[in-house]
Amino acid sequence: MKTAAAGRARGTPLKSGALQQILAFASLIVLVLFFSAASSNFFQFDNIVGILLSTAVTGVLALGSTFVIVTGGIDLSVGTVMTLSSVMTGVFIVGMGLPVPIGIAGGILTGAVCGLLSGLSIAKMNIPPFIATLAMMMIAKGLALVISGTKPIYFTSVKGFSDIALSSVIPGLNIPNAVLIFFAAALLGGLLLTKTIVGRYNFALGSNEEATRLSGVNVDFWKVVIYTITGIFTGIAGIIMASRLNSAQPALGAGYELEAIAAVVIGGTSLSGGKGTILGTVIGALIMSVLTNGLRIMSVPQEWQTVVVGIVIMLAVYTDMMRRRKK
Amino acid sequence: MDQTLVSMDNITKDFPGVRALDGCRFELRKGEVHALVGENGAGKSTLMKVLTGVYRKDAGRIVYDGNEVDIPDTRTAQKLGISIIHQELNLAKDLTAAQNIFLGREPRRGLMLDERKLNEQAARLFERLGIELDPRVKIAELTVANQQMVEIAKALSFDAKVLIMDEPTAALSEAEIGSLFRIIGQLKAEGVGIVYISHRMDELKKITDRITVMRDGAYIDTVATAETPIERIIAMMVGRELYHASGPAQTGKNGEIVLEVRHLNRGKQLKDVGFTLRKGEIVGFAGLVGAGRTEVARAIFGADPIDSGDIYVHGRKVRIRNPYDAVREGIGYLSEDRKQFGCLVDMDVKTNIALPSMRSFVGGLGWMNDRRIGDVSAQIVERLCVKTPGTGQLVKFLSGGNQQKVIIGKWLVRDCDIFIFDEPTRGIDVGAKGEIYELLDELAAQGKAILMISSELPEVLRLSHRIIVMCEGAITGELRREEATQENIMQYATRRIG
Ligand SMILES: Nc1ncnc2c1ncn2[C@@H]1O[C@H](COP(=O)(O)OP(=O)(O)OP(=O)(O)O)[C@@H](O)[C@H]1O
Ligand SMILES: [Mg+2]
Repeated sequence: MKTAAAGRARGTPLKSGALQQILAFASLIVLVLFFSAASSNFFQFDNIVGILLSTAVTGVLALGSTFVIVTGGIDLSVGTVMTLSSVMTGVFIVGMGLPVPIGIAGGILTGAVCGLLSGLSIAKMNIPPFIATLAMMMIAKGLALVISGTKPIYFTSVKGFSDIALSSVIPGLNIPNAVLIFFAAALLGGLLLTKTIVGRYNFALGSNEEATRLSGVNVDFWKVVIYTITGIFTGIAGIIMASRLNSAQPALGAGYELEAIAAVVIGGTSLSGGKGTILGTVIGALIMSVLTNGLRIMSVPQEWQTVVVGIVIMLAVYTDMMRRRKK
Repeated sequence: MDQTLVSMDNITKDFPGVRALDGCRFELRKGEVHALVGENGAGKSTLMKVLTGVYRKDAGRIVYDGNEVDIPDTRTAQKLGISIIHQELNLAKDLTAAQNIFLGREPRRGLMLDERKLNEQAARLFERLGIELDPRVKIAELTVANQQMVEIAKALSFDAKVLIMDEPTAALSEAEIGSLFRIIGQLKAEGVGIVYISHRMDELKKITDRITVMRDGAYIDTVATAETPIERIIAMMVGRELYHASGPAQTGKNGEIVLEVRHLNRGKQLKDVGFTLRKGEIVGFAGLVGAGRTEVARAIFGADPIDSGDIYVHGRKVRIRNPYDAVREGIGYLSEDRKQFGCLVDMDVKTNIALPSMRSFVGGLGWMNDRRIGDVSAQIVERLCVKTPGTGQLVKFLSGGNQQKVIIGKWLVRDCDIFIFDEPTRGIDVGAKGEIYELLDELAAQGKAILMISSELPEVLRLSHRIIVMCEGAITGELRREEATQENIMQYATRRIG
């Protein structure tokens, strides 16, 4: 055929989203430097571990949320589904006396089933994700209260349950398992999103759902898969939460979904879909907890901490928009 | 008085990895229709986007009405009286035609929108253009051709002194092109300068006064249309003489039936449509825009639900509920609307090419085999001569014709038995058109069955072994290749049933 096509190449352009990630990472470093300078208590091993530990729950939720957000969807139910997962774990282990591993599997399965149901109502009943997961949020919240009889379920009688999150599998290293689980989940999420077919379809769906459907992709099926993946991550977060508190608290959890979404957005994932990275989400989640922790160490009252986090979200999205507009 | 309206000098524009314009020149006079031609990716759209403030030039000078001007954004261009109809439609799908035309300039009564006046103004505009359209109908409910008409009305509503049309006829039928040309004539008489970008060479002779040829982002020459044979213009565009392939080889006559459609019905759009498609055969679907050809394609492909009808693939009755089923039966569909249905503009070339065959790129352990995706898509890029700095380039940065090639490429990779091509050469330059024709011939020779929809009759006649003509949702005629002429096709295309 005709003359060479790919002629005048002069290096590939900067990968989209990379800049936002670099920005997010730079802000994280700046924050750490700032708080270290402001207070000698900040950059201490124990405090850093504390920050990581407090990132674990919202972090894992945010990892799961990244998947649905990349498709251009949203999952508002992750907070209360996480609660339901920990309550179910309590029911299995404390109530029914099942072995701990089975209880954990049951908790994760609870999250998966909730995600599956959200996915089915979105794909098969054509309910917009916002509404479908809003409904799931209320269903899970209600169920958690009903099943637990509105009372916390304590694992104090179950030996070693709190070790799941708080002790360390690596001897001599005082990094709690919760943190390790968070990083392992991030690795898994990253591989899923960049290296597997789910990830490919994930981005395709977020980029142009109709064109993806017309390419012969079974869009409905993959949507259900993706919401189920989010549910699995949510279940894992539920276990970490239960183990950290050594109890399942049926009234806790609502509101976590917004923190998770905030972490995802700060990490450069676009709410309109088609763009996003797991690394960004990890950085986003870290920025949130570094901020909260640093402000607390500087004795900024809790109410003001929330205000600052709100402003940070606004700035993060703003820089992202500016970058897009310039293109 | 000087008749020069716009003159652009030494315009240069770089994108990451690509020099789209390289010291380019262009001049437009009052009351002339000036064609801008060149191969896909030559830089025509980019040059006009520089003139209308979509992109900022990196270097060069623009003189408008005797003064050097700076056009940093589209608002400035509009204020100067420079209007453009872009290659890809830019309409808000959920607003009505009238609302789109006056978007941001809605007539008001106090704080309230004056919906009535809005619709009246739009109706008057349509009347002037000879378009029969209800201004209150939503864009989403209009055909591509009618959407295009709304774009034209919108551009004219700015009282433009310069009107740029980037491939305006690509989606129009003969009748609609006729009325477009009439409007162009009228604007010309009013002294409007018109820039006309098109890959349809026959149109140039009909309406343009001068032609500027571009190649690889550079200016080649400006000539008077009346004094220049089309062959010379094409030679300037491609930088060599074109080789003209003859008609298709006579294959497929007695091949087995691969696809059979019986009694397909869907609302008012499809009325008892039935036909067969054989192995190695290219069947062309002709008809006016809106005749229901795209609807047939979408129904077979499962993109739209049908009311009734049977589809047989290789003699076996199949149930196609969605495109996923269709692709599994070995059917591939190239949509006429590439931006909306054809490609993922925010994703790169290789992902777009691999999309329908993603499963075949899953390697051991469930990992995607990115190396192979890269290799396969690089082959397609080379085979179809897609102009791109690499397979990692985002599709939105490709020129229109090159996007079309990427979409054709993705179905080649999928290796279907049955191809449905809806306007396969839309926006593709003359040279590449010939290559696409050869590609279709080649696919047929390999034993693929091809259903091809085209609004360009010469294309239908050139490619098809058999021609099916539709009118208002029904098949009104079927012609063997030997007996088909533009005249008898048009007869069937306007013959209403019932
Ligand atoms: N925003 C962009 N970013 C990067 N490259 C671009 C961008 N816009 C255009 N290009 C490149 O610039 C070159 C010229 O593109 P342009 O759209 O002007 O071509 P064209 O002559 O209009 O072609 P066609 O006939 O196919 O529409 C192409 O190689 C294209 O890939
Ligand atoms: Mg163009």
